[in-house]
Amino acid sequence: MIYREAGQFKTSYQADNQIFPIRQDRLALTATLLAAVFLLPYFATPYILSAIMIPFLIFALAALGLNILTGYAGQLSLGTAAFMAVGAFASYNFMARLPGLPLLVSFILGGLCAAMVGIAFGLPSLRIRGFYLAASTLATQFFVVWCLTKIPYLTNYSSSGVITVQKMTILGYQFDTPQSKYILVLAIVAVMALLAKNMIRSNVGRSWMAVRDMDMAAEVIGFRLMRTKLLAFAVSSFYCGVAGALYAYAYLGTVEPEAYNLDLSFRILFMIIIGGVGSILGSFLGAAFIVLLPVFLNIVAHGLSLPTSVASNLELMVFGALIIFFLIVEPHGLARLWQIAKEKLRLWPFPH
Amino acid sequence: MKHIKSLMLATAIASAALTIAGSAQAQAKEQYIALPSYRVGPYAAGGSGFYGGIIDYFNLVNQAGGVNGVKISWEECETEYNPSRGVECYERLKTKQGGATLVETLSTGVAYGILDRVAQDKIPMTMIGYGRSDAANGKVFPYVYPLISSYWSQAAAMIKYLGDKDGGMDKLKGKKIVHLYHDSAFGKEPLPVLEALSKQYGFELIKIPVAPPGSEQQSQWLQIRQAKPDHVILWGWGVMNSVAIKTAQRNGFPRDKMLGVWWAGSEEDTIPSGDAAKGYTAMSFNTPGNYPVLDDIRKKLYASGKGNLADQARIGSVYHMRGVTAGILWVEAIRVAQEKFGKGKPITGEQMRWGLENLNVDDARQKAVGALGMFPTVKTSCDDHEGSGAVKVQQWDGKKWTAITPKWIVGDKALVRKLVEESSAKYAEEKKITPACMK
Repeated sequence: MIYREAGQFKTSYQADNQIFPIRQDRLALTATLLAAVFLLPYFATPYILSAIMIPFLIFALAALGLNILTGYAGQLSLGTAAFMAVGAFASYNFMARLPGLPLLVSFILGGLCAAMVGIAFGLPSLRIRGFYLAASTLATQFFVVWCLTKIPYLTNYSSSGVITVQKMTILGYQFDTPQSKYILVLAIVAVMALLAKNMIRSNVGRSWMAVRDMDMAAEVIGFRLMRTKLLAFAVSSFYCGVAGALYAYAYLGTVEPEAYNLDLSFRILFMIIIGGVGSILGSFLGAAFIVLLPVFLNIVAHGLSLPTSVASNLELMVFGALIIFFLIVEPHGLARLWQIAKEKLRLWPFPH
Repeated sequence: MKHIKSLMLATAIASAALTIAGSAQAQAKEQYIALPSYRVGPYAAGGSGFYGGIIDYFNLVNQAGGVNGVKISWEECETEYNPSRGVECYERLKTKQGGATLVETLSTGVAYGILDRVAQDKIPMTMIGYGRSDAANGKVFPYVYPLISSYWSQAAAMIKYLGDKDGGMDKLKGKKIVHLYHDSAFGKEPLPVLEALSKQYGFELIKIPVAPPGSEQQSQWLQIRQAKPDHVILWGWGVMNSVAIKTAQRNGFPRDKMLGVWWAGSEEDTIPSGDAAKGYTAMSFNTPGNYPVLDDIRKKLYASGKGNLADQARIGSVYHMRGVTAGILWVEAIRVAQEKFGKGKPITGEQMRWGLENLNVDDARQKAVGALGMFPTVKTSCDDHEGSGAVKVQQWDGKKWTAITPKWIVGDKALVRKLVEESSAKYAEEKKITPACMK
């Protein structure tokens, strides 16, 4: 009844091409964004902001990057954490070696470095696909971490290979409270998510999807495979690189290369699988699921005052079981569940 | 399917309600300590023993009435040794029960992640036997305490021990020492000390990295066999250690020429290696053996089922004893701080910092808590957050560890101090900190 598009007429191409064609969706998104910008920083505790919301947004951005590559362009990748590492360490080095460089510019440069590495390691995708490509992107993962531990220049000759990032300052304002860090991360993630959504709807996104669905056919109808695939790698790595820089600057503060290990790549892969492959919203839902669920289970186990040794193992078991359960009930992820809910709402209360 | 769904929903709601009810109980007059621990994952053996030891000692102290009547309370949170989850745990724990007054992560990654935060939140963090060695300089790191011995002190002591073993430091000239290390921040930490000492005494330092987690070391040991070194320093962690010991046996390298870092010197490393570990030596900042405090833990806690370890045989094991040691040092810090700021009252984080900075756990104090000789005497100051730097070497005889150096070994302290000064000055410059002692 509430969620119905009756009476909403589209009289121009612009109106028909909106990201959210239904007014209720637009209102809901605006309300969410307004609450995220104006309510959360004032009412949420520093714990919620700095330990839940910031990592959630950062992982959502990384998942978005992987979703562009795997979900839309169909190129399996296991190197997400490596691209994040490139972004983080490149931003750090730009800041350290070019004093006075604006923070956002260094994030963008970090993202561009990640994009270049992405293109280089995306080259095999021109010849191989599927699981074989996943194995070759695995090489990125090992190569990048190996480089970061081997070349002292990249970690600014710190004796243990751990970098301590610079303070975040934009136009003289220092981002050092949980609130300000959260707002900065939120702004960057929101802008990049909007860009991604529009990219997917443009001819670039369509070419990616054509390649994903059948690259031979896409080539026959005139898409240039090399350009399309490498562009997907570049854009995806750029997103991951910025996410990595944010992870270092806005969340951890100090990073060692080992923080960007294969485990993190897998976690981001799980995020898009659970959230929904090939969906912008899915990246956010998946990140929320993977970041929040262990925390929630941990708090629950604590509330039940289980012995910690039991609680820790139980948490892993429940987490694993829930993932399997979800994937059996809805193999297309949480985004698909949301879509089904919306379709049902449109017919409610008179389903056919 | 429908029933399962509703059942799960009901459980979720019920548990959420329980959580809220549970956290509503306020606790007063307690000294609250945050323990972001790990009991699952690849390093669970170390975490469960270490945190088990800490909690056993806390329970013992609380049973005897606490510190001047102030009971110790704590809360654990599972980090899985993962920096990201560790930061979340720290943020969650720090505000509980009126605010944490001490934190210990037992993880280089997590500790580095919260290094800046602890100074901001004024919550002292101990890094007992790991972490930034340059944090020994309290003028730059007022809230960080690498108590007892840092990696640099340990590396210096290792070379001292190897020199003594060969019959004097001058005998090291021309010898070959392999540094077989976990290729991470942890494994690279001692390099500045080892390199400086290699220049000073003229031994050849061969650095061989092992990619984490280190379950494959054939090529490394082939390299070692070709180099024919006089000593191998095994700077490993977790599964890497037992693999190294077993591969050494397969390659016919004598185990008594291997000297492990203290994270490569526990029962969890040697027992899985079986016979191969016989004669293997490793560093330790505890003297293996039995102590009155361990007897107390057995008698007063485990006999009535209040012990924290699932397996009683692990009481007094390397990790458990390390945990008990941490507990003793913290309780002593609380005691010292209470003497200055008022007995019988919980202290704040800032006062805890003062307590940790003015520790003096000498033989008499150790005897009073039933741990005489269990760890070196610790005396801290603003200049020296480490407080000791002394270590022992222990050897595995196939069944248990025994200390083979009767006295505590201290390496080249002047050199370590010089490196601490240089490195902490660099950090202070990066972070724009003006080094100064806190009152």
